[in-house]
Amino acid sequence: MLIRQNAPIPSSEITDEGVYLRRREFIRLTGGAAVAAAAGPFLAGCSPGGVSAEPAGGGPYSAAQAPLSGYKPRAVATDEKLNTFDDITSYNNFYEFGTGKSDPKRYAGTLKTSPWTVKVDGHCNKPAEYQVEDLIKPVALEERIYRMRCVEAWSMVIPWIGVPLAEVIKRAEPTSKATFVEFTTLMRPSEMPGQRSSGLDWPYTEGLRMDEALQPLTILSVGMYGKTLVNQQGAPIRLVVPWKYGFKNIKSIVRIRFVDRQPKTAWQTANPDEYGFYSNVNPEVDHPRWSQATERRIPGFFKNHKTLMFNGYGDQVASLYAGMDLRKYY
Amino acid sequence: MRKAIKSLVFLLALVPAAWLVYLLLTNGLGVNPAETLQLETGIWALRFLLGGLAITPLRRLTGWNRLVQYRRMIGLFAFFYAFLHFLSYLVLDQYFAFGQMMTDVVKRPFITMGFIAFVLMIPLALTSTKGWIRRLGRRWQTVHRLVYLVAITAAIHYVWKVKVPFGAPLYYAAAVALLLGFRIVRYYSSSKSMPTQPVKA
Repeated sequence: MLIRQNAPIPSSEITDEGVYLRRREFIRLTGGAAVAAAAGPFLAGCSPGGVSAEPAGGGPYSAAQAPLSGYKPRAVATDEKLNTFDDITSYNNFYEFGTGKSDPKRYAGTLKTSPWTVKVDGHCNKPAEYQVEDLIKPVALEERIYRMRCVEAWSMVIPWIGVPLAEVIKRAEPTSKATFVEFTTLMRPSEMPGQRSSGLDWPYTEGLRMDEALQPLTILSVGMYGKTLVNQQGAPIRLVVPWKYGFKNIKSIVRIRFVDRQPKTAWQTANPDEYGFYSNVNPEVDHPRWSQATERRIPGFFKNHKTLMFNGYGDQVASLYAGMDLRKYY
Repeated sequence: MRKAIKSLVFLLALVPAAWLVYLLLTNGLGVNPAETLQLETGIWALRFLLGGLAITPLRRLTGWNRLVQYRRMIGLFAFFYAFLHFLSYLVLDQYFAFGQMMTDVVKRPFITMGFIAFVLMIPLALTSTKGWIRRLGRRWQTVHRLVYLVAITAAIHYVWKVKVPFGAPLYYAAAVALLLGFRIVRYYSSSKSMPTQPVKA
């Protein structure tokens, strides 16, 4: 009988104290992931469960990732056991690189993430185009250890590094018309093979209500385990909304737009009966094809981990939905 | 010689199962091993099902009638992998919660389809012995035409399972359609062009 065992992760590996104590500086997000990731072996998912986040002898991505320093460790955290770097970066849904879970790791190396421009526009006083570094620079980076619950009933615990989305939004000074925020992923079929075939209506789009976007738990993530994101995670910048199903966490964002009506989202467009705009984690509202009452906590074998309302973040976010019928607004 | 070939086919049919066991023991099933086991056993069940259904068309097209000797074994391996697939669902997903499983079967169309396919395979496996073939006589073939329904429901199960019907599930569905289409075309062409001749088994 064999069950994967992860080595316990010393906190020093999550956040290097020495690095943290050095003066704050935001290391440029580097691209060039293409070179290293191209070497990513197909069966990389089989690698033993140790953490390979340390620069020396890490995974095939270590060369492409830049270290991040000066972030506030465990700004939000959980006692739950973290998933390993390998787990998190070997099992992804990123249909731009294929529908298989190992496809993103295999194919995302072709994506050029530098230079990277993010356009912030729509109903706001200060629309602008930013280099991704400049978008993040004015805000202090924080580590946010969140549960990530996929709509497919599996989950992980991930030590994101990022900034509160609210800070980025405030800088743009949205007007009173801005009631929703729409996000768009890069559209570049030459580097994203999945976009060359049908499936979803490319580019991927997502949306949040303005109060959801401003909720302090909502972040734009640029890194994990002390380094910048790898491509298959949605480098160089992606959304993380921990009380919603994983597909709300749009990857490789190029546009943030303030709008006055509920935006269309990729999955809702593809299959409105199965995926709603809100997509809050809710054990009581089943997916038409499976129950959402339990989940499989990666790398466990059994789907016997109880799913919590709002993924366990109800204290912070339940009030956003007071009076709403969450069966109707799933 | 014939026996040697049969043993070889038997061993080959066990290779996918052996490979999965090997990967399981060496941490090779990826980040979500339960999901990999479930997917692989299901796909192999479908492959053997297609293999079994391909025997008759291949015989007709190539005249290589000895192929039929392997049909029962291939069919039983389809059942073997389908059983493992069902087991993975019952144990890894439902953790032996039979009540919850039946709720799923009734409530979720893709599981309904998979369950129908699996349940229909049980009488086919049970009546695959020489004794049953003799006992059922002519009716044996009628009973075993259930395999068409098994293939259809299994293909639908796979197509409905995925978030976006694209790629592999559609190819398997197309293969099922092709193999069943062959029979339909043959049935109609033989009954029309040769109305006096009985349809050959």
